[in-house]
Amino acid sequence: MKIHEYQAKALFAKYGLPIPKGVPAFSVDEAEAAAKKLLAETGSPVVVVKAQIHAGGRGKGGGVKVVKGGAADARQVAEKMLGMQLVTHQTGPEGQKVRRLYVEQGLEMVRELYLGAVVDRDRRRVAIMASTEGGVEIEKVAAETPEKILTIHVDPIVGLSPYQARKLAFGLGLEAHGKETVGHFGKVVAALYKLMVQEDCSLCEINPLVVLKTGEVVALDGKINFDDNADFRHKEWNDQRDVDEEDPVELEAKHAGLNYVSLDGNVGCLVNGAGLAMATMDIIKHVGGGQGVTPANFLDVGGGATQDQVTKAFKMILHSPKVKAIFVNIFGGIMKCDVIASGVVAAAKEMGLQVPLVVRLEGTNVELGRKILAESGLAIQAATTMADGAAKIVAAVTKGRAA
Amino acid sequence: MILVGKDTKVLVQGITGGAGSFHAKQMLEYGTKVVSGCTPGRGGEKFEGKVPVFNTVAQAVKETGADTSCIFVPPPGAADAILEAFDAGCSLVVCITEGIPVMDMIKVRRVLETLPKGKRLIGPNCPGIITPGACKIGIMPGHIHKAGHIGVVSRSGTLTYEAVGQLTALGIGQSTCIGIGGDPVAGMDFVDVLELFQADPDTHGVIMIGEIGGGAEERAATFIKEKMNKPVACFIAGTTAPPGKRMGHAGAIIAGGKGTAAEKIKALEAAGARVAPTPSDMATTLQAMMR
Repeated sequence: MKIHEYQAKALFAKYGLPIPKGVPAFSVDEAEAAAKKLLAETGSPVVVVKAQIHAGGRGKGGGVKVVKGGAADARQVAEKMLGMQLVTHQTGPEGQKVRRLYVEQGLEMVRELYLGAVVDRDRRRVAIMASTEGGVEIEKVAAETPEKILTIHVDPIVGLSPYQARKLAFGLGLEAHGKETVGHFGKVVAALYKLMVQEDCSLCEINPLVVLKTGEVVALDGKINFDDNADFRHKEWNDQRDVDEEDPVELEAKHAGLNYVSLDGNVGCLVNGAGLAMATMDIIKHVGGGQGVTPANFLDVGGGATQDQVTKAFKMILHSPKVKAIFVNIFGGIMKCDVIASGVVAAAKEMGLQVPLVVRLEGTNVELGRKILAESGLAIQAATTMADGAAKIVAAVTKGRAA
Repeated sequence: MILVGKDTKVLVQGITGGAGSFHAKQMLEYGTKVVSGCTPGRGGEKFEGKVPVFNTVAQAVKETGADTSCIFVPPPGAADAILEAFDAGCSLVVCITEGIPVMDMIKVRRVLETLPKGKRLIGPNCPGIITPGACKIGIMPGHIHKAGHIGVVSRSGTLTYEAVGQLTALGIGQSTCIGIGGDPVAGMDFVDVLELFQADPDTHGVIMIGEIGGGAEERAATFIKEKMNKPVACFIAGTTAPPGKRMGHAGAIIAGGKGTAAEKIKALEAAGARVAPTPSDMATTLQAMMR
């Protein structure tokens, strides 16, 4: 789960990590009032208006504006920004609509750094990375100049040791800004690690972390992703969720206990198991990619789905106008083939089947499942293997185009 | 066969819960020696009228000699259950539970580092391990398997069944099949399992099924190149998966442009493994290598 910058910064503040003064704004009026308040409080003539969307790269897309002309100017900027489709390298070409803003005090910085905590799955530790290359995409730094990224791994039982933070601080050359800066940075690293663990983050990033003229260190941006598996011990996450930032179909699937990811193609897929669901997408594209036949979704109904869940999943696929055919691929282990077959038949009868349907069933109670499909009176094409199913689905889509 | 056989004595943690009781029964029917169960507060009961239930794993191990634990405890208590099993002396722990927070697993892995070699964790978020005809620990459908000489190791449950189904349909049996699970931080990884298959005289070839995310397949490729002389056929799921999206499994995500299927396939092919072009060709790809 992702949260906005202003929410991440509220968490930073909770852990004693220095942030600029800022106020979230949901309307143009609120943005103007926020600017007025910040200008009065800080005595600085500058505020920054920042679009709050879950994607990164906002600055380049016009989602971060430095405002020097007072509150009225901030209002004008907010007017343009609220409601715009902000396009960044992470949003895709259609962009993401801006519904929230964050108005922040302007700061004069002498240096921009990168600091981030991630789960290093290969080392099975939280890794903290720091770089002198702040304010740019860290993936780019990692690819082009990996030597500019310093990394430490934290022992979960010992916790973060001060020497590890010093290693990063001196590695970044922070002593050039004064002895205090090394100390300030150490506190920031300690706070970041504590937040990462206690709040169950999968990613916690400050890019840039800036050094001020005074030698102080401040988090100018903030990005936090939570580990969805830990939601049972973080009821407060419900209030942080912004459903406007999520795909509505994916959200609906989540409520139904299904794993769903929207894709660009034209074949709806209903599969049990994440690996098999991915493999089903792969084989459709392998067979049909050359003819423009590709998967429209990833959908894993899980190992123990009920008939009701299967029906819901099937309806979800049928709702999408881009779907020109449906491929049901089930290897029934725990999930019995007759359960799947009954769910599919129930949904198809209720919704009316407007597109070709190919079903491949294998595993427990397969004969019973095939019998249910055959006796349903629906135009279902049975497939014996994944390859057979993929060939049939590609033929169905291309034939539908010719007709 | 590796790790489990007909003499493996299994304890089921969470045996009185929904999933635990269902699958404990299935394991018993398959012929697995399920010697005890553990549910705190339910000690003294008998599961299915014959398997004693204990309050602690330590008691269960002491009274019934269980050496392997299979865990069905829900996510909030699952990491604790793993630690309890190792503390009680179990040498193998198979954790089926899906949805354990990664911070919990980081702590579990840290404790595992302090245990003597030979203590192993399979999973979490996995189907388990089966030596066909001898011992089934987990949730896989037993009847699709056939005893034989091919090892199967996979990050995915149903894709493992797919591979096993293809092998059995060709008349090719399996030595042991292991699902190592779909979480980013887990127990045994591909290299740990490949090492055992390479050393097992009963295993003549291996099917390895990977997916997007992480670097476990790349490490496996290095191991295959340097240490293995048995044929390894692979499939990597997720060639069509978009970056940045979690594809069902917590660990199946391309992050920061890393962990793509293309990179993994390239590494494995360079190491001498053969990668099946589609998931329908896993068994035939291995068969071709073994001729």
